[in-house]
Amino acid sequence: MSIVLEAKHIDKYFRKPVLFHVLKDINFQIKKGEFASIMGKSGCGKSTLLYILSTMDTNYDGELFLNNELITNYHRDKLSYIRNKHIGFVFQFHYLLSEFSVLENVMLPAKKLAEKSLQEIEHDAIEKLKILNIGHLAKKRASRISGGEKQRVAIARALINNPSIIMGDEPTGNLDSHNAENVFNIFERLSNDHGLSLLIVTHDKDFAKKTDRIIQMEDGKIIT
Amino acid sequence: MANWSVILNIAKTHLLTKIKQTSTAALGVTFGIGAYITLVCFMTGLNGMLDDLILNQTPHIHVYNEIEPSKKQPISLYDNVEGSFNVVHSIKPKLSQKKIHNALPIIKYLEENPNVRGALPQIKTQIFYIAGSIELGGNLTGINAVDEARLFNMGDYIVEGSAEDLQNTDNGILLGIGIAEKMSLKVGDRVQLSPINGGIFPLKIVGFYQSGIADLDAIQSFTNIKTVQRILGKANNYITDINVKLYDIEQAIPMSKKIEQQFNLTAMDIKTANAQFETGTTIRNLITYAVSITLLIVAGFGIYNILNMLIYEKMNDIAILKATGFSGKDVQLIFMSQAMIIGFVGGVLGLLIGYGLVRLIDTIPFQTEALPTVETYPINMNPLFFIIGFSFAMVSTFLAGYLPSKKAKKIDPVEIIRGQ
Repeated sequence: MSIVLEAKHIDKYFRKPVLFHVLKDINFQIKKGEFASIMGKSGCGKSTLLYILSTMDTNYDGELFLNNELITNYHRDKLSYIRNKHIGFVFQFHYLLSEFSVLENVMLPAKKLAEKSLQEIEHDAIEKLKILNIGHLAKKRASRISGGEKQRVAIARALINNPSIIMGDEPTGNLDSHNAENVFNIFERLSNDHGLSLLIVTHDKDFAKKTDRIIQMEDGKIIT
Repeated sequence: MANWSVILNIAKTHLLTKIKQTSTAALGVTFGIGAYITLVCFMTGLNGMLDDLILNQTPHIHVYNEIEPSKKQPISLYDNVEGSFNVVHSIKPKLSQKKIHNALPIIKYLEENPNVRGALPQIKTQIFYIAGSIELGGNLTGINAVDEARLFNMGDYIVEGSAEDLQNTDNGILLGIGIAEKMSLKVGDRVQLSPINGGIFPLKIVGFYQSGIADLDAIQSFTNIKTVQRILGKANNYITDINVKLYDIEQAIPMSKKIEQQFNLTAMDIKTANAQFETGTTIRNLITYAVSITLLIVAGFGIYNILNMLIYEKMNDIAILKATGFSGKDVQLIFMSQAMIIGFVGGVLGLLIGYGLVRLIDTIPFQTEALPTVETYPINMNPLFFIIGFSFAMVSTFLAGYLPSKKAKKIDPVEIIRGQ
């Protein structure tokens, strides 16, 4: 199977308030279609790792490959394009643009990418919302829907450009068990049916157990 | 790479959902520009009126024979005392004629110059207005009334009668309004004049003259050149002054120098004669611009503040946009375009409000003794002011938007997302 994401010898320091070695020689790979989760205690550096993998944090040592292409030291604008095209994001707190409608929120990354016509984008967006069973919310304002619904809209937005990998930073951390279950099922379905790679940072043991692979972290190192 | 429709759509949504703040910012610009337009049109209108008051009736070059002492006293012509120290007491002005020698050929010569719009002869003399046993001193000027009206807007200062009436009436006189009041005269009456060297001449009043300067109106009257020549008993080539009007006022100084040299006459140019007047105009313009620019800078700070606040409120949005693939430049463009939209809308409204106010001021009655022809406040509606005002709105909002948007560009999404 081909490798989607690969980290080689990644080291990261926090320089403020004191010098602190957050990530120590991180090496791992995510294969295509793999559903992986990163677990660890608070402060072990799992979120920090995720932000490096997401290309938003560029201040690290080591090498990062996406689809076998070295993307370390790319210019910020180029990285923005890569995030836009190849990486989908789901955060702990929904993070929708509250003034826009649900549909506009989902369409926004595709409009930015501008590879398709507006009609196609709209069609795709409605399709994604339907996959997540929230097609009926399309015209509502993003600030007027419930937390579980918001998270599903965020997933739809992450899917809109058919990314190579979806990253989540505790996507179920803020949801009740029913909604968390729901979100997990969606991820599982995407992984199984659509062959999507997923990398999810989580605290939730039940959630992690059900994934294909658990990456355990402690004190800035991967232990399993 | 910039995707304008997406960027403008986001900017528009931000502005519309915060319509109160948006309109406050836009209103700041509106008032700034509106006040600028009103102020500048009104002030330059007033300036123009004051300029006209002086400049329209003042010749660009005034040619006459100055009464002055000889520059070379006779003693310096005497070779025997050359090299010695001479003191001449109580120097008297040189006895010379008031009339300009060869005035008519000079006028003809000046009229042929392509820079000259017209050269008009005048005769100035002192006379007495006789009212019974009372003699009032005064000035009588002989003119070509119709030409004066054409070149020096004489018509604006004739409150009754007209320049043509004077031209067409033999022995007619255009009496200063002050004298008319003193002597209780009206148009059609006769007034008796006496030149300094004696004799009495009755002249028919064809109209009244009011310059707006009371002292002048109490002594000054006008009549035809021929009439003055007759009163003074002079030949018809007796001319004491030549007034020259040019196409380009800037030519006045070099031209006056040339005339002085060529004809050995005194030629006073308008710039020298009204130097202090020009200073006043410059200072009024300076004040106008200082006030307008202050207003616009205040408006600019308003926009700066509101955009800054907006960016703090939209930190999360900025983080999401960056996380989902918008570059720093895109985010900057979103906020820049918000500033520019505010500037554009505010600026256009400001121009409209300014236009409306200027139109309103134009209808307010403004009557003054000094300016018989002015009925409402003077306005100078120059399209250039509107262009300047609009450009200034755009430039100031650009600058006000630039700093906050640059901050938005630099926001690190990781910090925001982690901070939650």
